[in-house]
Amino acid sequence: MISSPSLKMSGKARLSVRKSSLCLVLFGAAVLLLGAMFFHAAYQRQADAPLIVHIAGVVKTLDLTDLCLFTEARYTRHPSQADLYSAFQDHPASLEHFPTGSIAGPPAALRRLHGKLD
Amino acid sequence: MIRLSNVRKGFNLGRPNEFIAVGGVDLTLEGNRITVLKGPSGSGKTTLLSLIGCMARPTSGRISLLRSLLGHNGFLKDGDMPEVEVTSLPERFLTEIRRRTFGFIFQQFNLIKGITVLENILLPTYPLGKKHRVVRKRAEELLDMFALGDRTAARVEWLSGGEAQRVAIARALMNDPPIIIADEPTAHLDSKLSGEFMDIIARLKGQGKTIIIASHDPLVFAAPFVDRVIAVRDGMIGGEGA
Amino acid sequence: MASWIEKQRSILDYTLSSLMRRKGKNISLFIVYTVVVFILASAMFFTQAMKREASLILKDAPEMVVQRLLMGRYDPIPLDYLQKIRGIRGVISADARLWGYYYDPVVGANYTVMVPRNQSLSPGRIIIGNGIARDRMINRGDIFSFRAHDGQSRSFTIDGELPAASELVSADLILIAEADFRDLFGFPASHATDIAVSVINPKELLTIARKISEQLPDTRPIIRDEMVRTYDSVFDWRGGMVIVLIMMALLAFVIFAWEKASGLSAEERREIGILKAIGWETSDVIAAKTYEGSAVSFFSFTFGILLAYGHVFFSAAFLFAPALKGWSVLYPDFRITPFIDPYQVAVLFFLTVVPYTVATIVPSWRAAIVDPDSVMRS
Repeated sequence: MISSPSLKMSGKARLSVRKSSLCLVLFGAAVLLLGAMFFHAAYQRQADAPLIVHIAGVVKTLDLTDLCLFTEARYTRHPSQADLYSAFQDHPASLEHFPTGSIAGPPAALRRLHGKLD
Repeated sequence: MIRLSNVRKGFNLGRPNEFIAVGGVDLTLEGNRITVLKGPSGSGKTTLLSLIGCMARPTSGRISLLRSLLGHNGFLKDGDMPEVEVTSLPERFLTEIRRRTFGFIFQQFNLIKGITVLENILLPTYPLGKKHRVVRKRAEELLDMFALGDRTAARVEWLSGGEAQRVAIARALMNDPPIIIADEPTAHLDSKLSGEFMDIIARLKGQGKTIIIASHDPLVFAAPFVDRVIAVRDGMIGGEGA
Repeated sequence: MASWIEKQRSILDYTLSSLMRRKGKNISLFIVYTVVVFILASAMFFTQAMKREASLILKDAPEMVVQRLLMGRYDPIPLDYLQKIRGIRGVISADARLWGYYYDPVVGANYTVMVPRNQSLSPGRIIIGNGIARDRMINRGDIFSFRAHDGQSRSFTIDGELPAASELVSADLILIAEADFRDLFGFPASHATDIAVSVINPKELLTIARKISEQLPDTRPIIRDEMVRTYDSVFDWRGGMVIVLIMMALLAFVIFAWEKASGLSAEERREIGILKAIGWETSDVIAAKTYEGSAVSFFSFTFGILLAYGHVFFSAAFLFAPALKGWSVLYPDFRITPFIDPYQVAVLFFLTVVPYTVATIVPSWRAAIVDPDSVMRS
């Protein structure tokens, strides 16, 4: 059985920090990071407050009713103004009325046709 | 001193595969002796060892330990009898006796794979909540004593058979128990290593330990410093030798 | 007490060593767990923040918008409705809103064309939203051509851009003078798109809405609360894409918690036997397993949450963007304000960490009550 002294040293050096100590340090760091996350969120909310007031001001002056998040169709551009009885009003955020919509898009030909008609 | 009176142990009682491993054993084992339970495999000597070592309870009969052998167990009170009947103690106390009174050396060594030699040796001390620095120092001393000082950080599966055996002995000694129990300790060792093992056992006896070994290896029961050999067959005590 | 702490630390030492030796398995477990928390937390942070932001932004939206319905669809509203609405008691003002959509074949995007009520634009001039300026690469002073209802083209000079800061509501807007609007769409002077109404006492809003639909049965009043609520349901736990994500994540989680809970390997059983034989109590074994479960789940949870926070609030939920954009060409460039709710984080914690830890402990509890002499017998 041969073992070099350097291996022995490295072995002992590695053991000299207990795994539980390392774990507790990591635990403390994780708790601190979670705390920092909430702190950052609070700070950022404070910092963003004027921006939100500004956007709310634009909404007021222009009489807007909706967020410009989804511009693909009118019932998604203005979900709150969309037709009460339109199929998509089952839920304004439905991915697609037909299940196939979740795996296949409209055919390219149809989209081109749509473009021309517009 | 360990006293067994009319100890029986059966498995699967009342079922078709009922099996009596130990049937009515009366036995008194002296302190600071090396006692070998000799017998073929299946003779019930391992079951007898686990009954003595408080790992299992007998189906009937009593096992008593001399109080001085129990070391400094927390549940003992000053007014108690000089002998303690362990068979009637609750499981929690049996665990404590296993921890402080007995050191076990298993046939398969039963080291925990994947962790280091040092960690394996420290395992019996964990439930005691002793200071890490103190127990670690003791572990290193034991490892040095067994010429394992440079294998401290090795994983147990990298060890040779003899090294694994010595690690198992070191683990059994970690809590400084008065009684060492070894089940077929030389089954996986060649003659030279078996001889080394017996030398260690002799040394432990010299330190005042009581040693109980189950074995059918002549190297063990024929060793000159063995005090007593008890033949076990079909769960019963047969003849005696020395 | 000191000895109790030392004992727990020692057990933790063992637990960690024990985790480290099945590195591959435990690292993949950690990754799966982190991804599950990441997806759940991202969806949660995103929907929560958008909901809060929508409600703050829309708090000054028109108190009520009155649409006219024709054949179950909304239709231009006759301007003479204005007088009738103004006549209802409690109404301060009723104003016509003129807005519509324009499809731009050049970039394939839909724009919202709108006549601002409080701002007079000179004819032939428009103000465009920041998103249009970016997509079309046009700026102040450039000419923008529309294809009008009659097939002719109309050109407008860009007078300015709406501020980038308000992109979340104005990215696709084109502000235009009323005469130009009517000329562009061929929209009769007798009609408007809808009517914005304000009232004296907001508490009477519902009563007034009811009166309007009684007096003008072909109209549909939409009150501000409903607009905000629309966004509550758009960004709801149960809504659309979010439910798909959550179902997938929970399914993955259940599968691997089940794998954990369904039992211990023979190797693990043997180890528990050894520990018990050398003097570990059942409670010590369970403590070790508890630390194992809580260490894996706590660190995965924290890591997943932090990643989700970075994802949603520093990268504007870039992984969700393809789904949010859908077919739309024009998408606002905005940063989400981190409205996070400690209560929701706590709920997520209890939904993931606790069941997982329990799933780890239960099988080991069954094994820990096995007699220690099983090690000798094997």
